Amino acid sequence: MIELDDVGYSYGGGELLSHVSVRLAPGSFHFLTGPSGAGKTTLLKLCYGALTPTSGVVRAFDGDLRGLDRGQTALLRRRMGVVHQDCRFLDHLPLADNIALPLIVSGRDMAQESANLKELMGWVGLTARADARPPELSGGERQRAALARAVILSPDVVLADEPTGNVDWEMSMRLLTLLVELNKMGKTVLIASHDLGLIRAAKSQVQARVLRISNRQLQLAGADL
Amino acid sequence: MLRTVLIGDTQADRVVPPSGFTAQLTLFASGAMAFLAVFALALSLASGRLADRWASELARSATLRITAPEDQVAAQTEVALRILRQTPGVARARALSKQEQATLLAPWFGPGLDLDALPVPQLIEVKEDEQGYDAAGLRLRLSAEVPGAVLDDHTRWRKPLVDAANSLRRLGWISILLIGGAMAAMITLAANAALAANAQVIEVLRLVGAHDSYIAGAFVRRFTLRAFIGAGIGVVLGLAGVLLLPEASDEGGFLTGLGFHGFSWLWPLLIPLLGGAVAFAATGLAARRRLKELS
Ligand SMILES: Nc1ncnc2c1ncn2[C@@H]1O[C@H](COP(=O)(O)OP(=O)(O)OP(=O)(O)O)[C@@H](O)[C@H]1O
Ligand SMILES: [Mg+2]
Repeated sequence: MIELDDVGYSYGGGELLSHVSVRLAPGSFHFLTGPSGAGKTTLLKLCYGALTPTSGVVRAFDGDLRGLDRGQTALLRRRMGVVHQDCRFLDHLPLADNIALPLIVSGRDMAQESANLKELMGWVGLTARADARPPELSGGERQRAALARAVILSPDVVLADEPTGNVDWEMSMRLLTLLVELNKMGKTVLIASHDLGLIRAAKSQVQARVLRISNRQLQLAGADL
Repeated sequence: MLRTVLIGDTQADRVVPPSGFTAQLTLFASGAMAFLAVFALALSLASGRLADRWASELARSATLRITAPEDQVAAQTEVALRILRQTPGVARARALSKQEQATLLAPWFGPGLDLDALPVPQLIEVKEDEQGYDAAGLRLRLSAEVPGAVLDDHTRWRKPLVDAANSLRRLGWISILLIGGAMAAMITLAANAALAANAQVIEVLRLVGAHDSYIAGAFVRRFTLRAFIGAGIGVVLGLAGVLLLPEASDEGGFLTGLGFHGFSWLWPLLIPLLGGAVAFAATGLAARRRLKELS
């Protein structure tokens, strides 16, 4: 589904990742962990084509991301649901439109999708907040909204960057449950997180592999978790 | 993309926030420019009409009048015609028949006039060719050989005026072009400001898989619509101003003729369409350039 083959990424003077190879099989569930600044966000950006590796190859859906023009990158984004670490929204639009944004920009008929949107908003528990503007939302509401927006086009892959970054434990568990549900629907899930408690909790619910970035390398974390 | 501008895509338009000052700037700039364009248009149409009218009067023949004792008229006419035919710049010279002269005089003396009973001068119609003839030289020669001849070329003095009117018409059109250019420049600035202010929005749209053409289209539609509305308001105000000018009268000359006549009233209606087209092109270019930079 997504494959990194001997990928290296450097910027300015420093090398952030080197010789990273990993393959996310369809339907798999992965955690990506490591200390702050290790390059988790960078690795996810490499996966969805926001950054280009300085060496090696990134493949998604069996296609090399290097040769993509902007139009093809846009199409790639529609096949990958991304929850960004800072969950950016369009502040002038109500929450429902923000969640529906991937539908809107891909030119779907919104009249036909409204039932879909309602169901999804219920799934993340935001039905009552449909008309709120993003700046009015709490951190947890934003995280759930970001997750809903990421999956509304029913992508095959969900990449979530710190999806539980600024919410309490209870909300983390709710979000994790949502991600596990997505995985049970057959979606490939990759979650970047340094929340070890979350990872432990997930391991009891789903077959998850844990990848750790340390010293610019990607390693499979052992059973110590 | 042109189709979506005309039909509109309300969903897509909403993804771009309703920006404050760039909207007003576009509205104001296109309104002011359209207002000015109405006057430039009125100027060039009026000077064009003037130039055409004067030029057609120029093209009319000059007249040579031969006033002589009755027994000499025929002979002097012969000589005058010969001289005229030899004069370079004269395309055609023709003595008017008694019948034609009677027709010319009919408004004053009524029909059924017997010219033989009156000492009416013989008229010779003189048509110039492109170069024109040397009127002073011709007069000199005529005075020597045809004492009773008077050359009346009163329309010639208007030639410089025709040239002036034609230059005014050209100036009017140049003004319209400059106005269009200035409008394009201002709208480009406004569009760039809006694109810069919305860099975050553009980034979010890209992250959720929006094509560049979709993002550009949302901005282009915004600005095209605003420029169209602004120019529409400007044209209405400009036309009101033109309507308030005094009525054109026959001897009114230039200033009072500065209006629109008949079908030329339709011309200013093109201004909002052109304004919209200018905004469409300017914003489209700005957006494409900007989106390329923001990669
Ligand atoms: N293009 C770049 N230019 C400058 N610095 C960069 C660039 N790309 C990444 N970095 C730096 O690389 C480091 C890794 O960033 P990254 O966001 O991937 O870390 P992270 O593992 O996601 O951290 P966190 O857990 O805090 O989110 C950061 O210090 C960041 O500033
Ligand atoms: Mg990060």
